[in-house]
Amino acid sequence: MNFAAFLPEILLTVGAILLMMVAAFGGRRASGATTWIAVLLLIVATFTLTGAPQSDGPLFGGLVVADGFGAFGKLLIFLGAAVAIVAAHNWFERDFEHAAEYPVLILLSCVGMAVMVSATSLVSLYVGLELQSLSAYVLAAYRRSDERSAEAGLKYFVLGGLASGILLYGISLLYGFTGTIQFDGIAAAFARDGSQSLGLLFGLVFLLAGLAFKISAVPFHMWTPDVYEGAPTPVTAFFASAPKVAAVLLAVRVCLDALGPAIDAWRQIITFTALASIILGAVAAFGQTNLKRLLAYSSINNVGFALVGLVAGGAAGASSVLFYMAIYIVMTLGTFLCVLRLRGEDGEPLEGIDSLSGLSQSRPALAAAIAIFMFSLAGIPPLLGFWPKLVVFQAALAEELYLLAVVGFLGSVIGAYYYIKIIKVMYFDAPGIKLARSGNRLEGILILLAALIVSPLGYLLIGPLGRLTDHAAGSLF
Amino acid sequence: MSGFPILSLMLLIPLVGALACILSNAPTARLIALVATLANLALGIVLWASYDIGGAQWQFTERADLFAGMQWALGIDGIALMLIMLSVFLMPVCIGASWTSIQNRVGEYMAAFLLMETLMIGVFTAQDLFLFYIFFEAGLIPMYLIIGVWGGADRIYASYKFFLYTLLGSVLMLIAMFWMANEAGTTDIPTLMAYGFAPQAQTWLFLAFFASFAVKMPMWPVHTWLPDAHVQAPTAGSVILAGVLLKMGGYGFIRFSLPMFPDASANFVPLVFVLSGIAVVVTSLIALVQHDMKKLIAYSSVAHMAFVTFGLFALNRQGIEGALIVMLSHGLVSAALFLCVGVIYDRLHTREIARYGGLADNMPQYALFFLLFTMASVGLPGTSGFVGEFLSLVGTYERSSWAAIVATTGIILGAAYMLYLYWRVVYGVQRNADAAAMPDLDRRELWLLAPIAAAVMWMGVYPESFLRPMRADVGRLVERLEAATPPSDAHLTTGKAVPIPPAAAESH
Repeated sequence: MNFAAFLPEILLTVGAILLMMVAAFGGRRASGATTWIAVLLLIVATFTLTGAPQSDGPLFGGLVVADGFGAFGKLLIFLGAAVAIVAAHNWFERDFEHAAEYPVLILLSCVGMAVMVSATSLVSLYVGLELQSLSAYVLAAYRRSDERSAEAGLKYFVLGGLASGILLYGISLLYGFTGTIQFDGIAAAFARDGSQSLGLLFGLVFLLAGLAFKISAVPFHMWTPDVYEGAPTPVTAFFASAPKVAAVLLAVRVCLDALGPAIDAWRQIITFTALASIILGAVAAFGQTNLKRLLAYSSINNVGFALVGLVAGGAAGASSVLFYMAIYIVMTLGTFLCVLRLRGEDGEPLEGIDSLSGLSQSRPALAAAIAIFMFSLAGIPPLLGFWPKLVVFQAALAEELYLLAVVGFLGSVIGAYYYIKIIKVMYFDAPGIKLARSGNRLEGILILLAALIVSPLGYLLIGPLGRLTDHAAGSLF
Repeated sequence: MSGFPILSLMLLIPLVGALACILSNAPTARLIALVATLANLALGIVLWASYDIGGAQWQFTERADLFAGMQWALGIDGIALMLIMLSVFLMPVCIGASWTSIQNRVGEYMAAFLLMETLMIGVFTAQDLFLFYIFFEAGLIPMYLIIGVWGGADRIYASYKFFLYTLLGSVLMLIAMFWMANEAGTTDIPTLMAYGFAPQAQTWLFLAFFASFAVKMPMWPVHTWLPDAHVQAPTAGSVILAGVLLKMGGYGFIRFSLPMFPDASANFVPLVFVLSGIAVVVTSLIALVQHDMKKLIAYSSVAHMAFVTFGLFALNRQGIEGALIVMLSHGLVSAALFLCVGVIYDRLHTREIARYGGLADNMPQYALFFLLFTMASVGLPGTSGFVGEFLSLVGTYERSSWAAIVATTGIILGAAYMLYLYWRVVYGVQRNADAAAMPDLDRRELWLLAPIAAAVMWMGVYPESFLRPMRADVGRLVERLEAATPPSDAHLTTGKAVPIPPAAAESH
């Protein structure tokens, strides 16, 4: 048994269990300790990633694999989660409800996500997904006394349960018709009698439907705006970053690994999902007045673009998806860190788009940061957000999927409207609500860092990042 | 041609200036912006002086490998040189024009303009397909802010319209660029300019690029963003929009559409001529009935840009050279006209034509300059407008006499609306006391208008200085087009005597 290859997960699991004890006995006083230890654990886990020996084949009887693809996913997940913990600490500190369990839940969720991105069998896929989801349900309802938060948690739980059911049904069908839960076995079965077998196709559709729910792709996106709006903002930031990466990467591995030979079958499904997500994410965001809801639609929109890379398939497509998610996570976390800074003078967090009005005059630096993230999310060069879109569409065009590219690009123009609307509110409108100053330096540094990465300076990263994603995607094949 | 990276330096100076402007207070920001733009103007003059006419096609080239197969590839030919000169020449004027009229958020304003300058020069120097696209698109951001933050009452609508129209046009171009890069295996623009794409593919590629450049140009049905953007933008914003940004469309046609897709270009001549013909007539008529000075000049821009497309798609030497001179001339003249509007707008804060009248009495210097630019816009011989329009009409006539007839009505209508404007604003009786009390040009305004006036006259009297650097490049372009297009394209010039075209080619 090669435990060393699984060191990050082990580290996080043991750490989470210990921190749970600390939280249980320390109570609210321990919140600082658990936060910083959790961040430290995530950072250490990230470092062990680089040093961990990578196994060639699946481990533990074919349940998981420690390959470059998984390592890249874990890198994004751990760093994203660490930022989410830091952001939450300052945010909850002002409430009565900050309990020391928050980082523990995130750590457990991280373990789940790590299993997701390295799963090579349907069972470990499901276990990872559920571990991640169950922690997420609790996190969504984290502000117990807040009705919206409780509602978000419940909604997420019920709909998530339904999605898990669909997923399990797909898994059982696949198992029934192939006789194996291993990805490679399933791939072999598809290669043998792929599109002939109705049972296999049914299994594939249900499996993809369940995954589409987790990545909040249209038409399984309905929960996203409500949950994003209701959940406490740092939790929303977390939802929009790490779990999204994990679910998208899981979908990539499932599609390319387990369902690889059935590419003609799932390509239609993913094409539809991608385009529907791009367009709905863009159009439905028009009337929104709540920033978090808007960002929820933005995340739906972005998942659509990432899926364009998946439609392309192959190593180039997988690499483009990884690239997209890497930049996406930076932009999203940066945006949410900025949103977290918006507090009225009474300290109450603000979420309305109108609370941004005239921000460029009252808080020029914050406004500039948001503007950079918005232009970047809209995919306007020379900001870095332009490049991942370029990469996924390049992958799609190399596969001669012209219609997909044209419709996708038109969708990006529609989407640009609401991103520039936020800039309009910040820069063109007169100052409105007064904002409290927020002096947290660490968050400020993180925003600055994210803004620098997204700014044209980030183009320097394209070379190394591209090599990394190519290498990671190469390990799938 | 030395190894000194002068083009990179010209890109860097405004960028550094922009950063400095954001961080400094209003008076310093103005000064920094002025110094940076003047420095770039000086570099531009050095560039022109050391440009080797008749030398290599691409000069001052810089090549450095970036990530993902992209190259930091810069280089200019004569056409790019002239457009860069236009940009660096107009930038200090823009800064000067906003010296007193912009009072809030000066640092950001100046930064936006300097950023704009970097991006404009970038567009004209980029030799890598995607580098070009990045510069081309990035210009949206500062312009969006300039219109939206410092614009007039209806600025928000105008800024959205500007942003989304232009973005929509260029995403199609991006897809075409991908296809080309995949097909040709390179993103190097000079290589692509010599690459032979299959005729079938050319049609689609041409249309995709056309979507972008036609919006930028702007050509007739997609021109509606321009009047809105112009009217709402601050004076300097209009100057840069009319002066340089519109030229990106024409530059795109010259750099991409014509040399890369010669067959498709030849096939689409009728389409372009019809659209341009409609543009000339319709927008000129619209200009006649405007009450708003800026709107009138904006519509006249659309009409003038139609001369550019006429000339370019005549696909012969006269036409293309004429189109280039119209681009340069319109860049100067429309910029100056917007400045003229700005001068009186600063005094009376209205662009309503009816509110003025009889300004020749109290503003004689102003009336003189305004007259010169009006005449240049009409195309009076001796001004730059004449040279360009004449050449492009000659070229158009060779391709299609009907098109030339329609195009010529534009000159008549142009004279009508410009002179009508001039008459209403400068002549006549003084109806309003406040307009009659306006002081004449001050020194700053004089210094803004005088250099443009000099350039306009220079270009009108001795266009050779401007044509000479571009001649070899136009020659290459014509050669490329001739090789691809069937020579018997002149089906509409019904069997007249032949020897005129070569003679005309020699004579200018």
